[in-house]
Amino acid sequence: MLQYAFKRLLGAIPTLLVLITMAFFMIRIAPGGPFDTEKSLPPEIEANLNAAYHLDEPLIQQYGRYLLQIVQGDFGPSFQYKDFTVNELIASGFPVSLTIGGLSMLFAVLLGSTFGIIAALRHNRPTDYAVMTVAMTGISIPNFVIAPLLILLFAVTLGWLPAGGWEGGGLGKVVMPVIALALPQVAYISRLMRGSMIEVLRSNFIRTARAKGLSETRIILRHALRPAFLPVLSYLGPASAAVITGSVVIEKIFGIPGLGRYFVQGALNRDYTLVMGVVVFYGILIIVFNFIVDLLYGALDPKVRYD
Amino acid sequence: MTEATATLQASAELAEDVRGRSLWFDAWRRLRRNKAALTAGILLLAMTVMVLIGPLLSPYDFDFTDWDHVSEPPSLQTQHYFGTDAVGRDLFVRTLHGGRISLLIGVVATLVSLIIGITYGATAGYLGGRIDNLMMRIVDILYAMPFMFFVILLMVFFGRNILLIFVAIGAINWLDMARIVRGQTISLKQREFVEAAVACGVSTPRIIFRHIVPNLLGVVIVYVTLTIPQVILVESFLSFLGLGVQEPFTSWGALVNEGAQEMESALWMLVFPATFLALTLFCFNFIGDGLRDALDPKDR
Repeated sequence: MLQYAFKRLLGAIPTLLVLITMAFFMIRIAPGGPFDTEKSLPPEIEANLNAAYHLDEPLIQQYGRYLLQIVQGDFGPSFQYKDFTVNELIASGFPVSLTIGGLSMLFAVLLGSTFGIIAALRHNRPTDYAVMTVAMTGISIPNFVIAPLLILLFAVTLGWLPAGGWEGGGLGKVVMPVIALALPQVAYISRLMRGSMIEVLRSNFIRTARAKGLSETRIILRHALRPAFLPVLSYLGPASAAVITGSVVIEKIFGIPGLGRYFVQGALNRDYTLVMGVVVFYGILIIVFNFIVDLLYGALDPKVRYD
Repeated sequence: MTEATATLQASAELAEDVRGRSLWFDAWRRLRRNKAALTAGILLLAMTVMVLIGPLLSPYDFDFTDWDHVSEPPSLQTQHYFGTDAVGRDLFVRTLHGGRISLLIGVVATLVSLIIGITYGATAGYLGGRIDNLMMRIVDILYAMPFMFFVILLMVFFGRNILLIFVAIGAINWLDMARIVRGQTISLKQREFVEAAVACGVSTPRIIFRHIVPNLLGVVIVYVTLTIPQVILVESFLSFLGLGVQEPFTSWGALVNEGAQEMESALWMLVFPATFLALTLFCFNFIGDGLRDALDPKDR
């Protein structure tokens, strides 16, 4: 087990290297620079600026310098937010994004699994069809359509919730972004859960459990849930990536000061270090998350062995 | 000679009589029984026709600004069937025009991902061994990339041209295709007809493209119908952020974005494009699901 974990972590290094390299060169090849402003700077000042940020060195040397920095956990200074380092910006934006993203994932797993199990238990009956149609609708309506509709309903028409903003993130401010971000994932997870639960309920060990005269609740919770949850568990990796991507729009719609907004702003302003920092940070996050999911999978599935 | 032809003809007729139930025949029969998928298919067809000829039914052009009717709700009298936007452009025509672009991007970008995915997956699966290992390791690495971020960067840095959207979206979507195709190829290459082709001295690329790829069609078709809505979604996501299609052209995502900004005063600007977008995605997803069930030989 430990050996497996260690090997997996080693395997993540080339992935990370490819990620950093792709992001670095893609950004540097792009036309335009961080100091392109409306009025052009005097050449000496621009040269000084470039020298201060090492932009005058050959690209490969900058790349080496950047790699060395990242190994030390330093994403460098931001070009646009003058007095901040990228680390500080990430530290200020990430807790906000994490609150929304984490709650969405939790919400999606709990609600999605419950719906999926209900649909599976009522397989091919009206409840099943109803749940699956709703799930299909959830998949088909993008979250940037759901979000404005939620605002229209709960903020503009009913006046129950604030339309946006954050200011410390009270309960009222969190509800709508979380729902908008989670709904498509609720839909995916309920479909997955339904499919795997139907299959598990047909298997021999469930028949044995029934033959023993166990109660239906006990069969579902003690025997069927664990194997049926495995496909959902492995979907959590892609789901987290989808939630992170979705948060870019959701944060824009609700005016939430999270990492997604920094990313779009940074890209528009050619803030090289900020954009790089966010991409690499999220890349690491996804890799770590997938790693945890893999370990959990091994813990839940008795068929997985590490030798 | 004539006798031989006659026997041949007779046996051909005989063969026609006892024609077995092919995979496709079976699949079609099962798909027809799936009411949801069939309805979705008809709806989608109607949507495509409407998007193509609908704009001709309106007296307005998609970029014509009608200053007498700015931000007006739907009305038959002014012939703005879906109302007008903040600068007086007809929303009916714009929604359908946006639909053309959204659907076009959906189909073309899916084709791009299809070509890359099939070539890559079939090659890796057929060659096997160390090359397969290496190629799939690359796919694994690419899987972990936050590609949406790269696409956003591409759009910001290289301007918003449609060609780039096709390529960028297609390029991020081929990974799943490659994996699925590889798996299928590995099981196909054990079959006798491939062995026969090898024995006849057919070249490797020819075996891959003439003998393996046509047999992947079933899987590929299901995958295509499920990829198109994903691609349309990605495009509207980009357009929603203001990074997709550029004015005066439009797409459903861009229209939803404009609508969301005006929804408190002009709800129709959000509702019409959003409905079209959601309905299309809904149809594609239903057809994909139906096809998957129909082509799945497991529950016969």
